Amino acid sequence: MPESTTPYAAERGPVPTPGQTIGPFYHFALPYEGGEHLVAPGCPGAIRLHGFVTDGNGTGIQDSMLELWQADESGQVVQQPGSLTSDPGRFTGFGRTSTWRDGGYSFTTVVPGPTSQGAAPFIAMVVFARGLLNRLFTRVYLPDDAEALANDPFLSSLAEDRRSTLIATREADGVYRFDVRLQGDGETVFLQFPRHEV
Amino acid sequence: MSEVVIEEQEAPTRGNLESQHEITAEIEDLQRQDERSGVHRTQSRLDFAPYRSSILRHPTKALEHADPEGIELWSPVFGTRDVDPLEADLTIQRGGEPIGERIRITGRVLDGDGRPVRGQLVEIWQANAAGRYIHKRDQHPAPIDPHFTGVGRTLTGDDGSYSFLTIKPGPYPWGNHRNAWRPAHVHFSLFGREFTQRMITQMYFPGDPLFALDPIYQSVTDPKARERLVASYDHDLSEHEFLLGYRWDIVLTGEHATRMEQESDHA
Ligand SMILES: [Fe+2]
Repeated sequence: MPESTTPYAAERGPVPTPGQTIGPFYHFALPYEGGEHLVAPGCPGAIRLHGFVTDGNGTGIQDSMLELWQADESGQVVQQPGSLTSDPGRFTGFGRTSTWRDGGYSFTTVVPGPTSQGAAPFIAMVVFARGLLNRLFTRVYLPDDAEALANDPFLSSLAEDRRSTLIATREADGVYRFDVRLQGDGETVFLQFPRHEV
Repeated sequence: MSEVVIEEQEAPTRGNLESQHEITAEIEDLQRQDERSGVHRTQSRLDFAPYRSSILRHPTKALEHADPEGIELWSPVFGTRDVDPLEADLTIQRGGEPIGERIRITGRVLDGDGRPVRGQLVEIWQANAAGRYIHKRDQHPAPIDPHFTGVGRTLTGDDGSYSFLTIKPGPYPWGNHRNAWRPAHVHFSLFGREFTQRMITQMYFPGDPLFALDPIYQSVTDPKARERLVASYDHDLSEHEFLLGYRWDIVLTGEHATRMEQESDHA
């Protein structure tokens, strides 16, 4: 069971296998029906999280795959199978979608609760794309609890102009916008975890 | 969003394509650079211009150090509800035998401490024996095999093992430069016990003459690290008058959470 993040186990194991690009031909293999709906659209508490994945020219990337992994509204981490089935009643906390031709994407999910006291809750996101030689990790924080965001140690460790790239903007009731900019103006903050090497 | 324009389709025969010679020289330059700076990368280099599509798609700012928190210390759970055991056999999906060299690919998924990753999802996809994907954007004029989809899924066993029955994919041309060919490969998608271990990669076959020419394979600039992408031929896996066997173990990054260790975890 996960308890704490420190201290990390000593580096004693084998060297990790290199990651490689997802390439352009994953569409018939990885995305699955209903993958973008972590909950059924319109169900109580459902929100829409949408945006664009863009390159260094601000151009939408049509062959990018995003995955979400998050706690439920009460902060519980679901440990149940069924993510790959298209049962709209299930919430496993996992979602997967591929961008459209203009680089846009949209998920239906819920606002995650905090998994530990005082931590600003976030949705973990991993980004894959043709042209991107290894996956990138990021976090989607929702904007509503300004105090939790202001007190979050990780967000506070970032420069002001970079921090905002991790906070979704609220467009309407239950609609949030989060863009993934791989390069250039407003480049999204991507994460390097300990025990990872770029 | 109005400022987003639709990307041009990658045409395989654009004008002004560089030659293989130029691409190879760029690859060697960057690899010498890494070697001289003493960087032993174990991962693909994100900023690797010989792979032309990476130029506008790699972050230019340093990744931000983050200690994994909360949800990142957990992984989605997949089970028999998600995966049919028959999905590990890519030779029976379309009511007939696919054409090509029948092979088995087997190995173990381990974490960064050498422990088996149990009961986790492994997804693969690949071209057919002629180097063609079932994908509407694959324009390579090679035949589609009506008996082959090139998609497989399985769950790892208690010892982290996986096994796929498939056919050997062919090399295929792509639009990166003039006369560019990808070495034969199988795409692999993997989960660990933590979301931080999530990864997608490509497995190659030993002795491929296209290795030195391929900017995707060569984006792993350290030769030793590159070899970790190559399966080994294992005659003990080959089956009499039936198939050839390849073995490939996959190592994910190390975990961060403290877990109860099990004696049997040490492989
Ligand atoms: Fe491929």
